[in-house]
Amino acid sequence: MTTAMLVSILMTLIAASTPLLLAALGELVAEKAGVLNLGVEGMMLCGAVAGFAVAFSSGSTALGLVAALLAGVAAAMIFAVLALSLGANQVATGLALTIFGIGASSLIGAGFVGRTVQRLGPVFPAALSEHPVLRVVFGQDILVYLSLALVAGVAYVLRRTRAGLILRAVGENDASAHAIGYPVIAIRYAAVAFGGALAGLGGAYFSLALTPMWADRLTAGRGWIALALVVFSAWKPGRLLLGAYLFGAVMTLELQAKAAGVAWLAPEVLAMAPYLATIAVLTMMSLGRKTGRLDAPACLGKPFSAS
Amino acid sequence: MLEWRRRREPSTPMLWLSPLIAIGLTMLAGMLVFTAMGYDGFHAVGSIFVTPFAEPQRWADIGVKAAPLVLIALGLAIGFRANVWNIGAEGQYVMGAIAGTGVALATYDMSGWWILPAMALAGILGGMAWAAIPALLRVKLQVSEILTSLMLTYVAVQFLFFLVRGPWKDPDGFNFPQTRMFTADQTLPTIMEGSLVHIGIPVALLLAVIAWLLMEKTTAGYAVKVVGLAPAAARHGGFSAARTTWATMLLSGGLAGLAGLFEAAGPFGQLTPQFPVGYGFTAIIVAFLGRLSPLGIIFGGLVLAGTYVGGEIAQSTVRLPQAATGLFQAMLLFMLLATDVLVRWRIVWKRRAA
Amino acid sequence: MTSIITRRRLTFGAAAASTLPILGRGASAQAPLGVGFIYVGPIGDHGYSWTHDQGRLALEKEYGAKVKTSFIENVAEGPDAARALRQLAQAGNQLIFATSFGFMNPTIQVAKQFPKIKFEHATGYMRAENVATYDARFYEGRAVIGTIAGHMSKTGQAGYVASFPIPEVVMGINAFHLAARKVNPNFKTKVVWCSTWYDPAKEADAAKALIDQGADMITQHTDSPAPLQAAEQRGVYAFGQASDMRSFAPKAHLSAIVDDWSGYYIKRVKEVMDGSWKSGAVWGGIKDGFVKLAPYNDAVTPEARKAADEVTQAIASGKLHPFTGELKDQKGEVRVKAGETATDEMLSKMDWYVDGIQA
Repeated sequence: MTTAMLVSILMTLIAASTPLLLAALGELVAEKAGVLNLGVEGMMLCGAVAGFAVAFSSGSTALGLVAALLAGVAAAMIFAVLALSLGANQVATGLALTIFGIGASSLIGAGFVGRTVQRLGPVFPAALSEHPVLRVVFGQDILVYLSLALVAGVAYVLRRTRAGLILRAVGENDASAHAIGYPVIAIRYAAVAFGGALAGLGGAYFSLALTPMWADRLTAGRGWIALALVVFSAWKPGRLLLGAYLFGAVMTLELQAKAAGVAWLAPEVLAMAPYLATIAVLTMMSLGRKTGRLDAPACLGKPFSAS
Repeated sequence: MLEWRRRREPSTPMLWLSPLIAIGLTMLAGMLVFTAMGYDGFHAVGSIFVTPFAEPQRWADIGVKAAPLVLIALGLAIGFRANVWNIGAEGQYVMGAIAGTGVALATYDMSGWWILPAMALAGILGGMAWAAIPALLRVKLQVSEILTSLMLTYVAVQFLFFLVRGPWKDPDGFNFPQTRMFTADQTLPTIMEGSLVHIGIPVALLLAVIAWLLMEKTTAGYAVKVVGLAPAAARHGGFSAARTTWATMLLSGGLAGLAGLFEAAGPFGQLTPQFPVGYGFTAIIVAFLGRLSPLGIIFGGLVLAGTYVGGEIAQSTVRLPQAATGLFQAMLLFMLLATDVLVRWRIVWKRRAA
Repeated sequence: MTSIITRRRLTFGAAAASTLPILGRGASAQAPLGVGFIYVGPIGDHGYSWTHDQGRLALEKEYGAKVKTSFIENVAEGPDAARALRQLAQAGNQLIFATSFGFMNPTIQVAKQFPKIKFEHATGYMRAENVATYDARFYEGRAVIGTIAGHMSKTGQAGYVASFPIPEVVMGINAFHLAARKVNPNFKTKVVWCSTWYDPAKEADAAKALIDQGADMITQHTDSPAPLQAAEQRGVYAFGQASDMRSFAPKAHLSAIVDDWSGYYIKRVKEVMDGSWKSGAVWGGIKDGFVKLAPYNDAVTPEARKAADEVTQAIASGKLHPFTGELKDQKGEVRVKAGETATDEMLSKMDWYVDGIQA
């Protein structure tokens, strides 16, 4: 394998992993606060279509990204109002949000089918970003760097800061957190909004960076993979990074192996792999613990009501 | 000023009124949204919510669409009552169909009345086996069944793809990925000659009534509700949470598997990659629309099936895009979840004083 | 509520046909002919279903008030299709097009219930008194783009982003490769199976993998323009699928195989109008206007242009059949003898690859 090829494969791998990482990281924060939002796919599609529509209409990819972020937050707020303020069942609300996102994005996007926009470009000047080898490091777009920085940021905040401690407390034991005087619902709103923002950006990564266009169901189910990754990571940002890149690597290398004519596993077996791996990890984590308690936030998916 | 007051007890009238309020609000919101988008909102809403029920020739279509939804939702609702969140019914539905199809392919050159019951049994067992995995993981290892059952859905769907593209591909099917068509002995009989209404529809209704009796009139049903509402009290009362988890997971898996087999041996008549259409997920909406009550689920199943049928009417008459049907379904659930607040809270008018 | 439907139909008639005679006076011959369509994808896919919808729009343009078209999109292949077909039949359509292979059994089933309504099923093999089938010889178009690829490729390698190994796809790969090999005897075609018709990000990554492996021509049998975008990004050439996809990749897009169903739809509607419609099987190619080539990119060399035009004309005139022997499969077994051409039956069951293809 030549260096050029290796570089090229790495570039593809990073690009394939980034939207998963973004969406999963957002969901991780929401779940750490005790909220299970199954609407990731729907929020991603809202972000994808809003990002494309605004980038196309304004000619500015940056504005598109902002719009995607806001659209993700807006979609997440539908969830938050129902599940947090009104105490609706989170599973049902999340599923409804996904159905909503598929439908709404298709209706909004109908006028943009067949159009294309300027692809989200690299951050650094051409001397660095087009260097045959260094472009692996310097040839990435803003969202790649942002996703990596956010992993570090989220890990730091969760583990080392007071804000992170409060967030975890809300996810682990909402009643005590409330008793101490923390605004449980408000903190959960913030966490869900953060999840929506990152899902929106993750969706926009499809419509602005990977395949700069709009077509129905553009994200093709990546939101569900992001949900699996959160569990796979055992709610740890570092492991989430690993999981997302591992998954990106499997997807990329599968196609590379096929292109190289290497006999490979049945595609269906590969497609099952991330889900089976997630179940295996969950099982092993539980087996490895005498207490039988997982790292899953104790209040995950349970509604909280102050009165 | 208006003020929210928490009710001491959930309001029973509201429990039954809120789905109707939700449907009304969805119709209203739909009318406004689609009119604003330049469609004929009034007729769009009429086509989706009223026409399917007003025209008798659509009733069979609604029944065919509602039967699997009701079957799956019945099992899910009983689980939800016990705080067992099986959201992987889609996977159990697919595994049921696969197991039943296995029997069908094995008995391809045989005939006899026993084949269809054997397929149905295999379907139930297939669904149960798939639901047993999350049940085991939850009971033994405290792994969330929400996550495992969801993950297993994707595994089941890929397994189906593998089978129909590989070992189970119809040898006379021009290499298209699908199994043979089932024979007459392997196909669900219809109620009347030439009718669409297959035997799965009355079976679904019957099972709904049985589920209602089970939940309301037996100790087992009471145990499920107690485990769901007050786990600590349930322990004192001698009701085992583990046993309830097993029972509800296997029940919902078995019903989903049966629904899958009915769909394969009925409307499809074979397995194809297009077999999973998301009934397992839609059934969750149905369960909530039906207030997690077996009789309510019949109503919820009919309403949701109606939106599919009506969505197609709206497409061919007012040219409402298909995506709008999904939007209606999502809005319906949003509204329902929102109006649910009225069950637990009431609005009172309070004079500003003190 | 039936009134909604009737009123609906009236408004529709009035909107579509200002010439519609005042009710009660009009002879039935003047009532617009209802033509229905069901599509497997959304018309917003810009791919297969979109091309059929273009055919529907062409009908409206051609016949104006004489037809009333309607469609149902995103119809799942299976029982939902039967319901959608019944809905169109009950709504008074007299000719209904079911535009995807998976609608075959439902079409036959519903056609039995509505013997007076005419059905047309695309790409299938089951027919009835009132069910005709139609399909396009896309492989003829693939032979033309294969010729261009043979001329334009510097590495002598093409990458083929494919969906599933069904005969339709397999014959396309073979036709493309055979044509390219005629130009360059050492030509190689590498196939990546995506196991999906539609997943833009995956299709793009498959194209990138093929480019990494040395392909400088990308062609596809999946639905999204994503492989073209990947080719544009990497600076290699590619061909559009189903429609002219130039706007997605102005530099990379050399040409495209364009599905054009409008001629057939216009003809069949005419036949229903004058009562000459008969069931049958039509498999139309370049000659019949089913398959067209999008305008060549400026980058296509004069030599490649000339060769492509010659192949197009030879196929249209019947002088050239893309599957003319001797053809050997990957194991070296002779599948088509020298001087013979593959029969339609062989093509419709094709499950082998010509040597030199890596699939």
